[in-house]
Amino acid sequence: MSTVTADAAPRSTALRRNWDKHWAAWAMVVPVVAVLAVLIFYPLVNGIWLTFTDQTEANQLAEICTKSITGGEVCKENPNAWSFVGLDNYVNVLTGKIGEFWQWTGTTLIWTAAGVVFHYGLGLGLAVMIHREMRFRGFYRVLLVLPWAVPAFISAFAWKFLFNEQLGLVNSLLNAIGIDSVAWFADRWTSLFVAVITNIWLGVPFMMVALLGGLQSIPEELYESAEIDGATPWQRFRNITLPGLRPVSMTVILLGTIWTFNMFPIIFLVTEGQPAGSTEILVTGAFRAAFEGIRNYSLASTYGVLILSILLIFSVFYRRVLRKQGEVW
Amino acid sequence: MAQMTTTPPIAVPAGGAPARVNKPRRGRRSPGASVALHGTLILAVLIAIGPIAWVVLSSFKPGYAVQSTEITLIKDPTFANYEYVLFETNFPSWFLNSVIVASLTMLIGIFFSATTGYALSRFNFPGRRSLMMVFLVTQMFPVSILIVPIYAIMAKLGLINTLPALVIAYLTIAVPFCAWMLKGYFDSIPTSLDEAASLDGCGPFRIFWRVILPLARPAIAVTGFYAFLTAWGEVAYASAFIQTDDKYTLAYGLQQFVPQFNPQWEYLTAAAVLVTIPAGIVFLFAQKHLVSGLTAGGTKG
Repeated sequence: MSTVTADAAPRSTALRRNWDKHWAAWAMVVPVVAVLAVLIFYPLVNGIWLTFTDQTEANQLAEICTKSITGGEVCKENPNAWSFVGLDNYVNVLTGKIGEFWQWTGTTLIWTAAGVVFHYGLGLGLAVMIHREMRFRGFYRVLLVLPWAVPAFISAFAWKFLFNEQLGLVNSLLNAIGIDSVAWFADRWTSLFVAVITNIWLGVPFMMVALLGGLQSIPEELYESAEIDGATPWQRFRNITLPGLRPVSMTVILLGTIWTFNMFPIIFLVTEGQPAGSTEILVTGAFRAAFEGIRNYSLASTYGVLILSILLIFSVFYRRVLRKQGEVW
Repeated sequence: MAQMTTTPPIAVPAGGAPARVNKPRRGRRSPGASVALHGTLILAVLIAIGPIAWVVLSSFKPGYAVQSTEITLIKDPTFANYEYVLFETNFPSWFLNSVIVASLTMLIGIFFSATTGYALSRFNFPGRRSLMMVFLVTQMFPVSILIVPIYAIMAKLGLINTLPALVIAYLTIAVPFCAWMLKGYFDSIPTSLDEAASLDGCGPFRIFWRVILPLARPAIAVTGFYAFLTAWGEVAYASAFIQTDDKYTLAYGLQQFVPQFNPQWEYLTAAAVLVTIPAGIVFLFAQKHLVSGLTAGGTKG
């Protein structure tokens, strides 16, 4: 983005001139900004405020009103109404008094790292292959992108079905070659493995398509001239393909990390946290801690704020690293 | 963007002729390499469609065959699972709910993100940079922080347990990303077109509607696809906002087939196939444009 705003005009006329110049642009963005303000910004502020209270579904009302026989309404103060608790929520969560914050964070990091590395690696490999001139290219492309068209919750069910202990295809195949059935969801690591596989299967098409487009934007002449200079295929890949893909890669890796970090349905539906909640990631752990049984609004928000902080720190850090490498973004 | 400057300087061929002489070398491929290439791709394709195919095959098997450990591709093919799902459960009304929610999200989402993307691409208005930043940050919001306050807002508006609540919630997920993608695509359309239209006396809205939008069809297709799928597959908001059986969307309703005890996989597989078909149709329309439409977009800051 190489745009420069702000023309140095005298203050008095600046507003008027801004309006004349930019009214069309503002008119075009105003609906989205309004909706975002109401449904993202306000909830965010409200959510942060909730983290300093102990509000739950049960104690949210300040007054309890009951209809009397005569039809009038009698309200009295709720004896168990919510109150401010300061930083108690954060202390409880971070010290592990409620939930398993640190274990979930560890699982989330493994989950995110495995997901993004394989998404990007496999996506890049497939994109490079499919970018070549060859027969059946369009055919391969459509079929490889197909997992993207399947809604995430359907994929989750499909893989849960494949890895089912009694009737799943995977165990049947293992039996067929003489290996005993594996109880996939009885162990933390095999359970997590199934979830990660599901997520990889689900996410590769997006990476592949994005990187394929990036490849198409690299001018063919670069490859031709490199070849004349006698560059090996590996050298061409290292020195032309990878640098050429940088702008695409940076964006998809950032987005991929954020999306995988917050990927709710896979863990929620595939492992359901089994065994005994040890495969929860932060978002699903938070959801279960907060929404199972009495809905605990303040706890849900506390987790939300912590998750958001981790992601914000990550992206600031990520941008700083990129900037250090001379990338203006 | 800066991709050209990051590539190391490489001698540019003086004319077209030497390059053409050398070109066939890259085009040719030894038989071994060819086999390896196609072999890898076929393997990848099998992995990509295998799980889908297995679910489709299972959906035509009777319950006892699904429950057995024997590996059979086709066994006593029957439509019984589909009949049960379609006629004995609330599946049709969940399906209709999902269609309504996803279509509305797609249409409204395209409209909003196209205007926003256009403004971001063409006008250098105050607030543009921060809006781009906000769009990126909204991708980071975990459901768990927004869901309670949004629930409260919806309750105040009396929208709990209604479909509009879901449409509005899904728009907040879909629009920022779609606007970002479309902005990138609009960037790749030369501004000289706008200028020419402007000289002909078109206002900004006419230019957008008559000149740019028709050119951006591939990107619109991809954006629509994304918005549709977002709404079609969302689980968390649907679980929180919808309370009665007749208002469930598919993502939530389907969980009822596989409770912790006594899951009915044969019905689930049939329902899964039925759920995937509309998504697949939308996908077929969009897939032609996926590569060209997506990449220009998400990639340029």
